[in-house]
Amino acid sequence: MTSTSKAAAIVGVAESDEIGLVPHKSALAHHAEAAHNALEDAGLTRSDVDGLLTAGYVNYDLADYLGIAPRYTDTTTVGGASFVIHVGHAVNAIANGLCEVALITHGQAGRSSRAPVPRDPNLPAAMYEMPYGMIGMPINYSMAATRYMHVYGEDRARQAMAEIAVSTRKWAQLNPKAMMRDPMSFDDYHNSRWIAWPFHLLDCCLVTDAGAAIVVTTPERARSLPKPPVWVLGHAEHHDHAGITTMPDLTVTPARVTGPAALGMAGVTHGDIDLTMIYDSFTYTVLVTLESLGYCGPGEGPDFVAGQRTAPGGDFPLNTSGGGLSYTHPGMYGIFPVVEAVRQLRAECGERQAPDVSLALVNGTGGALSATGTIVLGVE
Amino acid sequence: MTSGAYQGPLPVKQPESDFYWEKAQAHELWLRRCNACGQSYFYPRDFCPNCGSRDVSWARASGKGTLHTFAIVHRAPVPAFRDHVPFVVAMVDLEEGARIPTNLVGVEPDPEHIEVGMAVEVAFADVTDEVTLPVFRPV
Repeated sequence: MTSTSKAAAIVGVAESDEIGLVPHKSALAHHAEAAHNALEDAGLTRSDVDGLLTAGYVNYDLADYLGIAPRYTDTTTVGGASFVIHVGHAVNAIANGLCEVALITHGQAGRSSRAPVPRDPNLPAAMYEMPYGMIGMPINYSMAATRYMHVYGEDRARQAMAEIAVSTRKWAQLNPKAMMRDPMSFDDYHNSRWIAWPFHLLDCCLVTDAGAAIVVTTPERARSLPKPPVWVLGHAEHHDHAGITTMPDLTVTPARVTGPAALGMAGVTHGDIDLTMIYDSFTYTVLVTLESLGYCGPGEGPDFVAGQRTAPGGDFPLNTSGGGLSYTHPGMYGIFPVVEAVRQLRAECGERQAPDVSLALVNGTGGALSATGTIVLGVE
Repeated sequence: MTSGAYQGPLPVKQPESDFYWEKAQAHELWLRRCNACGQSYFYPRDFCPNCGSRDVSWARASGKGTLHTFAIVHRAPVPAFRDHVPFVVAMVDLEEGARIPTNLVGVEPDPEHIEVGMAVEVAFADVTDEVTLPVFRPV
């Protein structure tokens, strides 16, 4: 099989019109607004779209709402990792001639939905985890963090989690679209209330209403559009469990596979990456993902993030939008770090623009650390 | 979950797990065991997740194990748990080699009193007339 590195480019990205607390918009409205805005960003229209990818909906429900009849359709749903994985699927579809303009959309009224989105009660997690109160991601991920603390040291892990919370808030303060822009001190972090020990409130992502969309197309078409193409240089996907209690090792995520695979396809190494976007459902997710991706060795994450190295002005720009922790997190956040990476690569980020970004890595994590998608993006 | 009537979500038992829940009601912990590779595993299904064999049987577990990890829930994830916080969610590595989700009971819900690796043993919480949840307590 020939490599699909650089077989397609991202040409449009956007959020929905309003993100944060948006009680007057439905989840599908967020999809539609984001789709409209991303196509406008690309210089394309709805009639150009012949591929549709999303997660959380059966695709014909979404396509019907958007008024689109695609010839390529993909509803891969592995939690928040899905949308990063969709980028790779869009590239594959385009490389094989299955579509020419792929639209990836996301929308969730995570805070304001008028009815809860039900989960299948027949699944093992519903039977064996939920009766014990293992419901919702803070409780799931907190058990993984406790294990990490046992293996590598509680104080080191705690300090790393604090560093990540504080540095991510500093980026959010530079993003007008971020929900949480007040300063956060280390004391604020340590004094915030317990959600599920070892997680403080400020270890946990936000719950918001938001949508986003990405447009992917062929190299030829990408070069004809007004904005510089953002090339998909590498992409990989992997999942190795569902519920947290069947995770093979609570201190390593599937990024151990997708990180090296995506970098390998791109033909670059960790040291070449100028910007890293990691789905930060929790501070621990960032810590364990940095190690799993291979930026540092197992247990070395606390040294890697020490001294606010990942904050504005630091030498390792990380989650420059303010992340799920401080910018927005409607439920399946994985599309938003892709949007930010594209904007950074196009140098559109104003006050929060990281210096000289020509290569970016994005990692999405879904479920209970269950699935990851990693992509490497670049500009010429 | 040490006080108050249980109002949390009940397991929707599946055909491949009816036996597990029946035995739990009798205050016994049973695991699936693979006759081909010898692995005991959780949760119950009729294929071994380790080697893929369909040659599997049921075996009664000793109920002894060690604490693999835990968390202390302070914010109830759904209203049904509001009267129960703080409580301890946990995973236990059973002697037989399977890892099981559970609650740790009979201990202060305080990280000063709970240690990963500590010895634990099964107990049974009869949460309704139809459902008994295997829980664990320090030995």
